[in-house]
Amino acid sequence: MSDTKHQTSNTKYQKYLTLSGLEPLVVTPESNFINVGERTNVTGSRKFLRLIKEGDYNEALEVARHQVEGGAQILDVNMDEGMLDGKYAMTKFLNLIASEPDIARIPIMIDSSKWEIIEAGLKVVQGKSVVNSISLKEGEAEFIHHAKLVKRYGAAVIVMAFDEVGQADTYQRRIDICKRSYDILVNRVNFPPQDIIFDPNIFPVATGMEAHRKNALDFFMATKWIRENLPYANVSGGVSNVSFSFRGNDTVREAMHASFLYHAIQHGMNLGIVNPAMLEVYDEIDNQLLELVEDVFFDRRDDATERLLDFAESVHASRVRTSREGTSRDLSVLQEWRNHSLQDRITHALVKGIDNFIIEDVEEARLSVSKPIEVIEGHLMIGMNVVGDLFGSGKMFLPQVVKSARVMKKAVAYLQPFIEAEKDGKASSAGKILMATVKGDVHDIGKNIVSVVLGCNNYEIIDLGVMVPPEKIIEAAIAEKVDIIGLSGLITPSLDEMAYVSQEMEKKNLDIPLIIGGATTSRAHTSVKIAPNYSETVVHINDASRAVTVVGNLLQKDNGVFKEQIKKEYDGFREQFLKRTKQKEYLSIAEARKNKFQIDWNTSEIVKPKQLGVQILEDFDLKKLEDFIDWSPFFRSWNLHGRYPDILEDDVVGEQAKELFNDAKVLLNRIFDEKLLKANAVFGLFPANSVNDDDIEIQNSEFRIQNYKFLTLRQQSKKAAGKPNLALADFIAPKETGIQDYLGCFCVSTGFGTEELAKEFEKQHDDYNAIMIKALADRLAEAFAEYLHKEVRTNYWNYVQDESLTNEDLIKENYKGIRPAPGYPACPDHLEKKTIWELLKVKENIGVELTESLAMWPAASVSGYYFANPEAKYFGLGKINQDQVKDYAIRRGVTEAEAEKWLRPNLAD
Amino acid sequence: MSIMSDIKQEIQKRILVLDGAMGTMLQRYKFTEEDFRGERFKDYPTSLKGNNDLLSLTQPEAIAEVHRLYFEAGADIVETNTFSGTSIAMADYSMEDLVYELNFESAKIARKVADQFTKENPEKPRFVAGSIGPTNKTASLSPDVNRPEFRAITFDELRIAYKQQVEALIDGGVDVLLVETIFDTLNAKAALFAIEEVKEERNIDIPIMVSGTITDASGRTLSGQTVEAFLTSISHVPLLSVGFNCALGAEQLQPYLQRLSNETEFYTSAHPNAGLPNAFGEYDQSPKEMQVLIENYLKDGLINIIGGCCGTNPEHIKAIAEVAKNYKPRLV
Repeated sequence: MSDTKHQTSNTKYQKYLTLSGLEPLVVTPESNFINVGERTNVTGSRKFLRLIKEGDYNEALEVARHQVEGGAQILDVNMDEGMLDGKYAMTKFLNLIASEPDIARIPIMIDSSKWEIIEAGLKVVQGKSVVNSISLKEGEAEFIHHAKLVKRYGAAVIVMAFDEVGQADTYQRRIDICKRSYDILVNRVNFPPQDIIFDPNIFPVATGMEAHRKNALDFFMATKWIRENLPYANVSGGVSNVSFSFRGNDTVREAMHASFLYHAIQHGMNLGIVNPAMLEVYDEIDNQLLELVEDVFFDRRDDATERLLDFAESVHASRVRTSREGTSRDLSVLQEWRNHSLQDRITHALVKGIDNFIIEDVEEARLSVSKPIEVIEGHLMIGMNVVGDLFGSGKMFLPQVVKSARVMKKAVAYLQPFIEAEKDGKASSAGKILMATVKGDVHDIGKNIVSVVLGCNNYEIIDLGVMVPPEKIIEAAIAEKVDIIGLSGLITPSLDEMAYVSQEMEKKNLDIPLIIGGATTSRAHTSVKIAPNYSETVVHINDASRAVTVVGNLLQKDNGVFKEQIKKEYDGFREQFLKRTKQKEYLSIAEARKNKFQIDWNTSEIVKPKQLGVQILEDFDLKKLEDFIDWSPFFRSWNLHGRYPDILEDDVVGEQAKELFNDAKVLLNRIFDEKLLKANAVFGLFPANSVNDDDIEIQNSEFRIQNYKFLTLRQQSKKAAGKPNLALADFIAPKETGIQDYLGCFCVSTGFGTEELAKEFEKQHDDYNAIMIKALADRLAEAFAEYLHKEVRTNYWNYVQDESLTNEDLIKENYKGIRPAPGYPACPDHLEKKTIWELLKVKENIGVELTESLAMWPAASVSGYYFANPEAKYFGLGKINQDQVKDYAIRRGVTEAEAEKWLRPNLAD
Repeated sequence: MSIMSDIKQEIQKRILVLDGAMGTMLQRYKFTEEDFRGERFKDYPTSLKGNNDLLSLTQPEAIAEVHRLYFEAGADIVETNTFSGTSIAMADYSMEDLVYELNFESAKIARKVADQFTKENPEKPRFVAGSIGPTNKTASLSPDVNRPEFRAITFDELRIAYKQQVEALIDGGVDVLLVETIFDTLNAKAALFAIEEVKEERNIDIPIMVSGTITDASGRTLSGQTVEAFLTSISHVPLLSVGFNCALGAEQLQPYLQRLSNETEFYTSAHPNAGLPNAFGEYDQSPKEMQVLIENYLKDGLINIIGGCCGTNPEHIKAIAEVAKNYKPRLV
């Protein structure tokens, strides 16, 4: 059995010529004909030669891009010119191509008559390329030497029908040389036959020389012979040679190319270099001309050449053609869409997010219909449907869709007064959706994005904003008769709040589907903690693009199957999840403490802060934070996934990321220049020791305030041998060692002014910038935290003297010491923030407040601790057991129920 | 020659188990700067802590111990402690001159342990794979955004460095060469070029395993190739196996292995991480969890060689070996 399988897969895949750039190219019988782009060849394109000579590689890349966009499947690159350093030019150009994913997608044909240039090219392409070419011209030894190297570099090869005597110019010479080459390659070099491409020489015809009469016919016949007698080998050729004697007469040349190509393919040529701009469609060739051309190709009449020449005279110069080469994107092209029909212009403006002309176009549309509402229902919706389709099929990305929405809003705002004047009601919507960030949570970027995307899809959005209590959600849902309720949240306590809202909804007998989203939400949490509370459908949505599909399915008339499917899926998931968590093993809290992280306090390096006590930075210059911004999460907040700066060059989302990044930079500069946001920070450095294993005591006597205690939580899941059960307290010297240690804490905010600005943008129907300002404020707050941490390390605490870390190092947390934040994995207990607030007098000092769920307001704020010990590291608490909860409740001085409420996300089931 | 044919015979009989992470295991020893230096490098001018490959010279017993633990857990193949054993990677520690010795000694340590196990149980011969890492430089990407044509390393520099490593590994007695964690295919092509050169010069044959890395959800290598393009780019050399390792957990890797398995006539391998790292860069997938995911590969008949990468330890390998013996290897 395995033998047969071997055979099939052999013929199925491996014996086809297979090449690669960033993507594979498999040449199968069904591929018909593989077109090699040839404009990036200095011997064939004067323009390309000029660009390379002048060192204008950017424009040269555009030529390559144009070839790929025009359908080239392999890109031929040739730098053979006397005045050029061919090795240098080949290396540089191929390296540049490697940085352009939309060009590097296709395989490269490394084209040179000089072996050293070919080898230079082979050393810089990661894919499987084609060498063009090698031959027996210099004898067998050199041929074998080159073929071996080509194979070792992992490339396919074009073999010219050329030997020690010269170029093959007859049928017999062609097949003799190809056969000899093939036998050497396959039998002696062990070259894979499917990686051999023969070029049996396309020579000019109708030259008037008797010897050239059979040039085309011999090529056809040799091609056929090769394909029939040299297994798996391929045939290629440079088609434009054939019409060499008709230079300047494009009509005849184009017809000759089309006809030659047609017959060459019929005879088995499967690759070739053809300039698509110089090619007529075979079926559209003038009948008379076609007959004359084919008489020449097949040597059918003695006077074939004269007849074609006569015809050529008659059409000469009757057509003038401009070369299509390099018609790069000048302004006239960009504005060309303005000449299209009204509907096309509106659709184009929506798809491309261009708002410059939308008012005039909408006005034109309004004048063309009887009621202004028809412009929305007609022109604009047709355009938005195109946007929706493109988005749904992954051809548009979120920032583009938001831009489309901006254009749409502008158009609708313009029409609104006319519609009001008519008083004939409003556009019917696909459904009404209530959106709210739950009580205690102030984060709304994700929610706003989902709202905009759904809005684009013609849903009416009732947005209740942030920190919305359950009563208000239920009340509004009933009053507005909404079709779906969407809850969002980012901080962990929101998870419980969502579960609570679902219980309340059940109590009030609501029968409205519920969708859950936000950074900390998960399908696991939704299926285990929310879905069981509520009889109607509950769905978790992890990104905005899925929202449209889910909402669409939920609102279909016969949605029973979809709902049933969701329910089954979630039931199954819940069961599986519960089963899995039970298998985890836990230590008792006492055992976990025994396995704490051990630092040798006698040798551990403890530095007393340069200045103890509380310090404040007010109205800090935001510009200083620019270099500290970690952009990757910014793109994530827009559903663009990838690392900055690589994301800007990503071949899927790169364009959108760049555009978004540019827009962000514009607003960021406004923030800096016009001081749109205000930044404050407070931090304190204190003497401290760990006490009773897991608590950290702040010894504050010299500041004449009471001693505070931070309570840390300890990992309880059973660890692999030698791995400790961590708690943050492990990084501070225990009191009983008698060694004085230190701890810091901080709060920074760059959120002052965000809300007002966002409202201002919203008023201008500019949701894009309303979301942008919040996203940027969040980034600045993180940058501020990063900046301050660095200042603390190198200046205020001064436990590092010679730190030289790049922003990337900071993002990767390569610094000494850590700054964990309450609410995050190492210390998920939000109650700790209260202690920080009291200790630093955060509200009084810098104006950042805590909500009842202990979220920070303004939202663009970061708070946390500073641990300076070199062995301190980030970790995740994971799940903890009831015995630790009990212990914690006593330490915190609250009831066990209260403790459970705050620690719920971390409780083991 | 006999050993070589051994692994080619063994791989037809059963799924071969590769070892797990070396780095994760070495962390357990909590070696200090002094431990890394040993007597010999006591006065070395640069900091050496973190140079795991150096431990083959300064803490050879620990390296042998890790190999032993993996063989005991059921591994058929262990990888030499030479992931960074090129003059390019060693430049970080100014130890370019030690490259031959590091690879040679690492190979010898693994060889010795493997031979002991084979002797005790000749029914289950054990093999040593010479680990050849990607180096810390990329040949087809520019590290400088403003100069896309710039390259921090050339093909020839890589080829020469790899050749030195390959010669030392072969001299030290490895059975197989494993070009792994390939994030830039051009680097791998330079390694394969070097191996082919050595094979020709010494007139020997030695099986080669190639293992790429899919770095993110786009399903591509760091240098941007799809699974199929990657496979096409390295298939010009006769390989024992082709596969993927690192970057993803077993679950995330499966679709790419499926595509690879569909397209190649070589044997396939996988050594995924113990899940995805948590927010703090730690791997916390348990052996049991990983075993379930690996069993999915086996059920689908995707694999001939299976092991673990970052975050895996002998318990993971034991769990993997337990299920691997219940399934037939992928048919080639």
